Amino acid sequence: MTRIAANTPCRVRLILNGKERVGQAESRMLLSDFIRHELGATGTHLGCEHGVCGACTVRVDGVASRACLMLAVQAEGRRIDTVEGLCDGDALGDLQAAFKRHHALQCGFCTAGILNSCAEFLDKTPEPSELDVRDMLSGHLCRCTGYTGIVAAVLEVAAQRRGAPPETSHV
Amino acid sequence: MKPAAFDYARPESRGEVLKLLADTGSDARVLAGGQSLMAVLNMRLAEPALVIDIGGVADLGYIEIRDDRLCIGANTRQAELLAWPELAEHAPLLARVMPWVGHFQTRNRGTVCGSITHADPSAELPLSLAVLGGEVVLERRHWRRGRRVVPAAEFFQGLLTTAREPDELLTEVRFPLARADHDYRFTEVAMRHGDFALVALAAVIGPDEIVLGAGGVADRPVVRRIPRDRDFDTELNIFAWSLGAESDAHASAAYRRQLVRELGHKLLTQATP
Amino acid sequence: MQAQSTVEALGRFAECGYARERVEDNALLRGAGRFGDDLATTAGTLQAAVLRSPHAHARLRKLDITSALAIDGVHAVLTGEDVREWAAPFAVGVRQPMQHWCLAVDKVRYVGEPVAVVVARDRYVAEDALDAVEADYELLDPVVDPEVAAQADAPVLHEGVGANVVNDRHFSYGSPDKAFAEAAHRIALKVRYPRSSCTPIECYVVIADYDVAAGTYDVTANFQGPFALHSVMARALKVGASGLRLRTPPDSGGSFGIKQGVFAYVVLMALAARKAGAPVKWVEDRLEHLQASSSATNRVTEIEAAVSAEGRISALRYDQLDDCGAYLRAPEPATFYRMHGTLTGAYDIQHLEARNRVVLTNKTPTGLNRGFGGPQVYYALERLMQRIAVALDLDPLEVIRRNLVPADAFPYRAPAGSLLDSGNYQSAIEKGAAEGGLDELKQRRDAARREGRLYGIGYCAVVEPSISNMGYITTAMTPAEREKAGPKNGAVATATVGVDPLGGVTVHVSSTPQGQGHRTVAAQVVADVLGLEFETITVNVELDTQKDPWSNASGNYSSRFAGAVAGTVHEAASRIRKRVAAIAAHQFEVDASCIRFGDGRVTVADDDRLSTSFRRMAGTAHWAPALLPEGEPGGLRETAFWSPPQLAAPDVNDHINSSLCYGFVFDYCGVEIDKVTGRVRLDRYVTLHDAGRILNPAVLDGQVRGGFAQGLGAALMEKFEYGADGSFQAGTLADYLIPTTMEVPEPVILHMETPSPFTPLGAKGAGEGNNMSTPVCIANAVADALGESDIELPLTPSRVRAMIGIDEPDAPEGLEPIKPAAGSGSALQASDSVDMPGDPATVFDAMLDPKILAKIIPGCHDLQAVGDNAYKADVTVGVGMIRARYKADVNLSELEPPHALKLSGVGRSAMGTAEGSARVRLTAIEGNRTRLDYDYEAAIGGKFAAVGARMLQGAARVIIGQIFSRLAVELGGGSNAGSWMKRIVDLFRRLFGRSKK
Repeated sequence: MTRIAANTPCRVRLILNGKERVGQAESRMLLSDFIRHELGATGTHLGCEHGVCGACTVRVDGVASRACLMLAVQAEGRRIDTVEGLCDGDALGDLQAAFKRHHALQCGFCTAGILNSCAEFLDKTPEPSELDVRDMLSGHLCRCTGYTGIVAAVLEVAAQRRGAPPETSHV
Repeated sequence: MKPAAFDYARPESRGEVLKLLADTGSDARVLAGGQSLMAVLNMRLAEPALVIDIGGVADLGYIEIRDDRLCIGANTRQAELLAWPELAEHAPLLARVMPWVGHFQTRNRGTVCGSITHADPSAELPLSLAVLGGEVVLERRHWRRGRRVVPAAEFFQGLLTTAREPDELLTEVRFPLARADHDYRFTEVAMRHGDFALVALAAVIGPDEIVLGAGGVADRPVVRRIPRDRDFDTELNIFAWSLGAESDAHASAAYRRQLVRELGHKLLTQATP
Repeated sequence: MQAQSTVEALGRFAECGYARERVEDNALLRGAGRFGDDLATTAGTLQAAVLRSPHAHARLRKLDITSALAIDGVHAVLTGEDVREWAAPFAVGVRQPMQHWCLAVDKVRYVGEPVAVVVARDRYVAEDALDAVEADYELLDPVVDPEVAAQADAPVLHEGVGANVVNDRHFSYGSPDKAFAEAAHRIALKVRYPRSSCTPIECYVVIADYDVAAGTYDVTANFQGPFALHSVMARALKVGASGLRLRTPPDSGGSFGIKQGVFAYVVLMALAARKAGAPVKWVEDRLEHLQASSSATNRVTEIEAAVSAEGRISALRYDQLDDCGAYLRAPEPATFYRMHGTLTGAYDIQHLEARNRVVLTNKTPTGLNRGFGGPQVYYALERLMQRIAVALDLDPLEVIRRNLVPADAFPYRAPAGSLLDSGNYQSAIEKGAAEGGLDELKQRRDAARREGRLYGIGYCAVVEPSISNMGYITTAMTPAEREKAGPKNGAVATATVGVDPLGGVTVHVSSTPQGQGHRTVAAQVVADVLGLEFETITVNVELDTQKDPWSNASGNYSSRFAGAVAGTVHEAASRIRKRVAAIAAHQFEVDASCIRFGDGRVTVADDDRLSTSFRRMAGTAHWAPALLPEGEPGGLRETAFWSPPQLAAPDVNDHINSSLCYGFVFDYCGVEIDKVTGRVRLDRYVTLHDAGRILNPAVLDGQVRGGFAQGLGAALMEKFEYGADGSFQAGTLADYLIPTTMEVPEPVILHMETPSPFTPLGAKGAGEGNNMSTPVCIANAVADALGESDIELPLTPSRVRAMIGIDEPDAPEGLEPIKPAAGSGSALQASDSVDMPGDPATVFDAMLDPKILAKIIPGCHDLQAVGDNAYKADVTVGVGMIRARYKADVNLSELEPPHALKLSGVGRSAMGTAEGSARVRLTAIEGNRTRLDYDYEAAIGGKFAAVGARMLQGAARVIIGQIFSRLAVELGGGSNAGSWMKRIVDLFRRLFGRSKK
């Protein structure tokens, strides 16, 4: 049994975007703070710290999860994927490129979490309806875009991955 | 918005969990999916001495059929239940209800048992358990009386309050399997998609009797049995008033009562599409 | 019309006007944005947390920080005493004796008001220390409702003022009395606009440092401007403007006006850094943000129109009461005056009267919020237009049409002073109606109504101001006061374009964006002027008050980017172009008028052989100054400042051109209402915008969609809920509801382009229109569907259903409805009863026995007598997983042995305050038993009220119920939990004859 006393930093090791990373965390440190401030991956953002806004969503062993509702110590040994890992080499991945094409972000603060949900969702749901996409996205709050571009981008990537050509113009 | 300090334990067996609970009792909190507890800790609405993470207990994650019951272990995520291929066949009510439980992202980590233990009066899973007449298994460290099975009607005792004692772990929840001659219906009104219900109604329509349950109105899910030969509107009116609805920022008491009557009428008289 | 000729001279744009992908997105989509909390900090930077008042109105008697300082990792605690020594109160926009410090020094006036700042090793430890600070308050009566606060006998927030109405101005333009006297109809309406906020997803971030040697402050904050507030901050810190170096991070996670309010925390954290002797970072959390950052004003408006038989309006009369919260924080009362010149909206109305009263209440101070002032004004005006149509039995769109400013009247001077720059409202409405499918929508409505469904259509026409006159706020002062203070006006924009030695072009603007794509659009503008690919232009939008050009009007507000900033970028780029053209003309030995820019080259017209790359030509200015023409100094960097002459100060008759540009928005929508649930479903929403020349259509549509979603939220679900005791009850995003993908449909967006004659590119702002138009458009549709006149936002399902009507059948006998809690406050009241073993005397004596009292109070660790039937107790109470430890005073009073007594308690914890009292009556019943009836009242304030509003009633019942059920157990009665539930069960048994009695 793992047991960590309060106020006692311990070592946490996890796989962040394919690379093993180690940092120090007290038992109470949130995974979101650990990723951002201990590991320096600041692409994951905090919007509410009570699990509603979705900005901090990362993938834990491939599954979209609120990083603010997990302790860093719970991530020990797990695979954590964040927005920083979504690129295709140096280039934007297809989902990111579609977001850009569709003006699916403005301030970009909520975007990292949305991309992580979409990444898992599209893996599991290759042929989503617009309602499926909206239902999945309803776990995220975006204050800038009115969501139109986001929905369009996700549907387009789903179609692309099934072999349809990308659109060229914006929404 | 950061938690107060606590000791953290990640036991690997049920026995270890029960020992920790026996030693720490009400100063401990059990962490499974964390979708309610972590928000409470972040807001410092609780400052437990010990957080017991049961995620490492391997034999607590399962979906099984045993003795005409759908049995779900304490580590089973809501998303796993929703994705279970036999859900619609064995538990059509849950198949209808699960998409209403939180969001894709919270179902990914939130557990079925966790929602039931939390006993939010507006949550869909406690309502489902109550209306189906299911039960929960509570275990504690004791040489003789280490395990008890509590029916939903006794388990839910009030706002966030259950029959679980501080040294007990809710290890399993059991939903009765669907019966062929019964119909299972659900409806809900919330402020937004995925929000806690303003009013949620679930019904089991049997050949002779209807079991109707309401969530979001009283301080716990409340169930009423209605013989099919009764006048539904009279029954629904009694039910609506009996729930002791209250007004809050999002809806009035009268609204909640009226929805129990009118949505209830629809639910009882129209087959689910 | 000089500006338009500039545009024409440029000919066809290669970049401007096209939906280019945004340059910002490359970093943001990779997680490589640099938001406030992402920036590298100086070694040794500490973290701050703010102790906030749990009370709406109280005198701060004592603050004990000893225990907090003793916690390992805590470096300092800033209190009101430090603030009094080092700082000054914030300057206020009206002449009144009231003080607003960045930290409470003697009184608290709203829930969430900062009381102390803890500086510690990390945020976790800082929050530990917050729980250890002991604050002692003397409670004062709060006032929450603005109309109550405006009354003479209301509790007063600022004793020095002596009343809560801190500014009261009357305005009269034309001859309104005469117009009203002569009118065929006078049609009036009273509306209440609720308090809400556009709540950016990123909260406030401040990183502050103090240079003890120089006595200056260096602060980075995600402040959005206006930088007029820099002066307010510097004065509060008692330094000159150069003594406060204020910087903004490269990225900011939304603002919508709200990040104007961070300025108070810039001052607070600067002082915290001074106290700690180290750099300090503060990252506001969501609870802090919702309860205490900023919001729009809530407003009560009585509006009346003088109307002819044909529906032509000759005069308008407004009586507006704006609730600015507990302090008049700069730039308030600007919410009124941003809209002042254009109170007549899109209509040609000659006579106008307005009374504007600013009232303070025990709520969070207000400030900028997208649409600033527009939603409140148009909610009154456009609801009134709909009422006029109903009253005169006219089509609502026809009433709008008959009153519009004529197309040939521009620039049109509105009676209160706005100079509507350009437009053709009639064409816009025709286009909107035709292209948005209004006829079909009417058919849908008619078909729905024939089927008995509830369907309505709403309209609104809105003039959208942009580029605020920095002097409009002085309209709050009387002409005599203004005379003394000196004139304020204008709106200075700045932009810098530089070319480096390798020919790269860098642009700097002081527009501090939060996602509006300023970098993209500035690059498009410069690319067109210099004939370069827009991807090659680097745009920097960080602002450093020590190094960058800026002015008091800098910042991102009043939709000033497209009209003012982009135009100023154009001006700076044009100067570079002129200089490079002169250099090229000198080298090619031609006249400068022959030089053309395009495809990255500088070319002589009609002679392709004379062509050099832009890079090389511009590089000459750095590498070979000797080759430059006479008068060209070398180096290549131009900063342009621009302020439009149309923005004059208010005149002696209070005429004010409050903004430079006035776009036009015409919206209509069809809604269907579910008769059972009361849910409003938008069937179609059409929004037409004329924002002058469009610089990037995709960016513009993004603004429209975002504003629409926020307007929809304000219409249907968003509200900052306060209890009657001033407790804040929307402290989480599960309480303050923001629309999600499932609630926001796609609007039909249409555009028209009538260029502004007053901006360099002909563009106007367009960022706020739908925040102004959408709430009232939806309200008008709901009014149409239900035939109702009194429409209050947000139109929640419950509220709409109440308007449809709830015809409740009576409660069955024996099932009385639970009495509703008084008001909408967190004062909770209910009654219950428990059966006890023993006679009333036994029960009565037991309650007076401290040993038994200690056992029946749930979670009581310790109970010490401090007087007759008075105790101090240490208790842990809660429901479910929620628990808090309270220090409580417990009293037994009004003793009438053995029949009655009153049990009361007041508790304080880090979770806030709890007060409760129960009047207990004891009645002997058969079998030597006693029935204990109790009526209780409870009030819960602070954090639990903010985040647990949904649970308050239930929690109070659980905890108070526990006391008496435990008493029953103590007296040997066994478990008696859930008596309330038991009554229901008993009732069922009675009703269905299952009882064995």
